[in-house]
Amino acid sequence: MSATTTRHLGRSAHLVANGPRRLRVGLLLLTSLLCVCSLGPWWAADPSAILDPRVAALLPPGTSRIVVERRDGSTLAAESIRRDGDVVVALRGGAEERLDASEIAAIRETSYWLGTDTLGRDVLARLLHGGRVSLAVGALALFVAVFVGVAVGMAAGLAGRTVDAVLMRLVDALLAVPMLFLLILLAALFRPSVFTLVAVLGFSSWMGVARLVRGQVLSLKSRDFVLGARAIGCGPLRIAVVHLLPNVTTPLAQDAALRLGDLILVEAALSFLGLGVQPPLASWGGMVAQGEELVMGGWWVSLFPGACIAATVVAAALIADGLGDLARAQRHA
Amino acid sequence: MARWALRRAAAGGVLLWLVATLTFALVSLAPGDVASRLSDSRISPAVRERWRHDFGLDRPLASRYASWLGSALSGDLGSSWTHHRPVTDVLAESIPNTALLASLGLLLEIAGGVAFALAQLRRPHGAADRFITVVSLTAYALPTFLVALGLLYVFSYSLHWLPSSHLLSPAGELATGWARTRDLLAHLVLPVLTVGITGMGAVARYLRGSLLDERTQGYVVAARARGCSETRALLTHALPNAMLPLITMIGLSLPFLVSGSLVIEVVFSWPGMGQAMYAAALSRDLPLLMGGTLVATFAVVVGNALADLAYAAVDPRVRV
Repeated sequence: MSATTTRHLGRSAHLVANGPRRLRVGLLLLTSLLCVCSLGPWWAADPSAILDPRVAALLPPGTSRIVVERRDGSTLAAESIRRDGDVVVALRGGAEERLDASEIAAIRETSYWLGTDTLGRDVLARLLHGGRVSLAVGALALFVAVFVGVAVGMAAGLAGRTVDAVLMRLVDALLAVPMLFLLILLAALFRPSVFTLVAVLGFSSWMGVARLVRGQVLSLKSRDFVLGARAIGCGPLRIAVVHLLPNVTTPLAQDAALRLGDLILVEAALSFLGLGVQPPLASWGGMVAQGEELVMGGWWVSLFPGACIAATVVAAALIADGLGDLARAQRHA
Repeated sequence: MARWALRRAAAGGVLLWLVATLTFALVSLAPGDVASRLSDSRISPAVRERWRHDFGLDRPLASRYASWLGSALSGDLGSSWTHHRPVTDVLAESIPNTALLASLGLLLEIAGGVAFALAQLRRPHGAADRFITVVSLTAYALPTFLVALGLLYVFSYSLHWLPSSHLLSPAGELATGWARTRDLLAHLVLPVLTVGITGMGAVARYLRGSLLDERTQGYVVAARARGCSETRALLTHALPNAMLPLITMIGLSLPFLVSGSLVIEVVFSWPGMGQAMYAAALSRDLPLLMGGTLVATFAVVVGNALADLAYAAVDPRVRV
């Protein structure tokens, strides 16, 4: 690791440890969500495993079921089992099933901490796998949005009045379109996949970034350090990347944090509507959509993924607020 | 004033032209044309050719673009592929329902946000302030559909207090007068609550910050010094000024209000524009999707102009 990186890391760590409380809480919340979701799938069960709808469908949180593994590799789920001589009697959905003890390889108990859905899939396992998808789509779309937004904003700010006017009219137009309308139009045109979702979300939310960066560039570009750079022969690209970009990082980071929350919410709404991440791939928004469970009283199927979405958005908002606090404190210091 | 209106209308026209061009470009440049996407392999090439002709896909791109713009300008957005009626008819039927839901929701959102912020400002940084801060942050972060489903679960499925979907119940359709209105109101409660709950968090968060700044301003201090009670100083002096930027904020948040209504309309089977668009997306009814996007953008542009007018009306320093 180079000296610069270490210094940067040291500085970030210092900021987090001594920074505003909201920033610390937000970063902690987001990091733990990221850690749990990226590590979770290594120990959680297979999210698409359908145990046995007759025995394991729509179990409330905290229920457990007994899984009997037969010698031929097949499994069988049961509510309870008892031994009756050489025969094992399994209670399955109200009916008793008799199994030869010599057939049985192993018996284990599976706990469903967050219950199961109507197909008998583990909600916790789907939550962790779905979180990976939702967070990854949100983060990648944010990356696209920031990249496009910074490029357009820099171009508008640096390339003269005509380019500026054209680009900003485009930004105005796109900002006036209700995003979900445009997104469902795109979903009807392109078959939804994780890749198209990232592209579509990213390319439909860069406008705010562009506006922000343009404003900053316009106020910075007549400052001495930019004029100096121009005087020694720096090209516009070098001025944009080396001289201007480092000066817009604070408002950019604040905006990006809020935008991440928005993107997670929009992705969730699209997946909820069935126009985002497609089954069998799990995503938080898609998990909430299983409304039929709700009618049957299975609130846990919708509540937990919904709460995860809300927690991510809260974390993003706290980070944005905290960065604002930090900027204010530095201005006053 | 007339010059302002003219300039606004021109800017709005350019904006709508851009959006119309953009939707057209998206639809026509997407890989694979509509006729091939709609059809399955069992449909004969002859039929497909006729479709291409019916949809005008055999004409050059420029002529299609010109006719789409021209007819859109004259108020003709084409014919819906699923409803087999003009797009404008389908939209005209659903827009009032969306407008009703969104405007009542917006009112609740503002009222709730103002109430929250005022309650917080009674003792800034006190227990109530901190509690409401957490509540409004949570409300801001909750996905619309989760709030909608939660309300449905509690008030409709569990308590059976309120109807779960549609504009009117079958009995309400037949009733007239007060009975019909009451049925409509009962159906409105949950969707409007959803708009309000998901929106008031943002309003409260914004207004709290703005009020915190205002209450230390000279004119509020002076009002207090003249013997105004704290409530009066907040309500009649600080609030009107703190609310000013809120008007612009609401104008800017209109696209989100319309987008949010889409999810709510789908959950509650509310026969509004959002639901029409959603059904159109599922059945790839492109004319309806394009027309709906254009009309929704038009509504947003008009809404923004109205917000600016309202701003000028309440702030004498601003002249339009």
